[in-house]
Amino acid sequence: MSAPLLARLFGGGMLACLTGMALAAGGSLAGDPKAGKAIYDRCLACHALAYDRTGPRHCGLFGRRAGSVKGFVYSQAMKRARIVWNEKTLNRFLANPMKAVPGTTMGYAGIPDNQERANLIAYLKQANRSAVCGK
Amino acid sequence: MSDLIVTDTPNIIESRRSFLGKSGLLLSGVAVALLAGNEALAAKKSGASTEEDARILNSALGAELEAIAAYQVGAESGLLQKPVLSLALAFQGHHKEHADILTKTIMKLGGKPAVAKPKYSFPVETFKTQADVLRFASTLEKGAVSAYLGAVPLFGNRDLAKAAASILGDEAMHWAVLRNALGEAPVPSAFMS
Repeated sequence: MSAPLLARLFGGGMLACLTGMALAAGGSLAGDPKAGKAIYDRCLACHALAYDRTGPRHCGLFGRRAGSVKGFVYSQAMKRARIVWNEKTLNRFLANPMKAVPGTTMGYAGIPDNQERANLIAYLKQANRSAVCGK
Repeated sequence: MSDLIVTDTPNIIESRRSFLGKSGLLLSGVAVALLAGNEALAAKKSGASTEEDARILNSALGAELEAIAAYQVGAESGLLQKPVLSLALAFQGHHKEHADILTKTIMKLGGKPAVAKPKYSFPVETFKTQADVLRFASTLEKGAVSAYLGAVPLFGNRDLAKAAASILGDEAMHWAVLRNALGEAPVPSAFMS
């Protein structure tokens, strides 16, 4: 059984603690964009790269202030959040969106596994450099 | 309290009190009755965050409304042949039922339900064949399973979680049937994420 699956089944618990310790020690997990693409499938009920859906588009995400996509209707919480999206802020938000931004309309428990988040962020970075995002 | 975000002015605790004061905890029991189809549950009390539950349901409602629109685009594309067209319309009907019950529940919880957008963006330029439409629908359904899976643990009211899991099961069946129609393994793994 894979570590991500174990982490999910048991709430992240011990495995998340162990990997969290590695991060706390100053490490930074390398993300695999190919694996991250599969993680991104979980987002596709509400998000797309190039256009707004129930959630805002992900093209242009890095360096963008939270709650700033023109024409998209955000929660007050997200509009007031002082976040600029980058690897660090995304990593923390994706771990537990409703805890990171109380009041967000993103009703999703998050991705507790550190490696899965790293993979997802790597994919988002790669996608943002692709033709889909006009690059 | 956020572990990431510093907000400018919101008084979340106060607004939550205000919300709960308006909606009342008993209303979440009514929501349970609506979602679970069991009026006897309406008497249940919950100490959970009604406001947060309503917000989670509203996210789900937004996705359901978009799914209804997506199936409409598929049905009107001229690319779906019977019996696939009938299947798509049946699935759209399920999403309409989900949206209807979610709307009623959110209202009972004192929230303001999302409404369908005047216009949705779909990658219609990529729809050349029936398989293209089915693959797009399959992507949405798989995403819906993940979205509900990510929402179920968040509900303060466990009966709402159970009801959301019921919808999750329906979305998973849609996904499996669509995959089968595409000639793919209908159930590709033992677990969903």
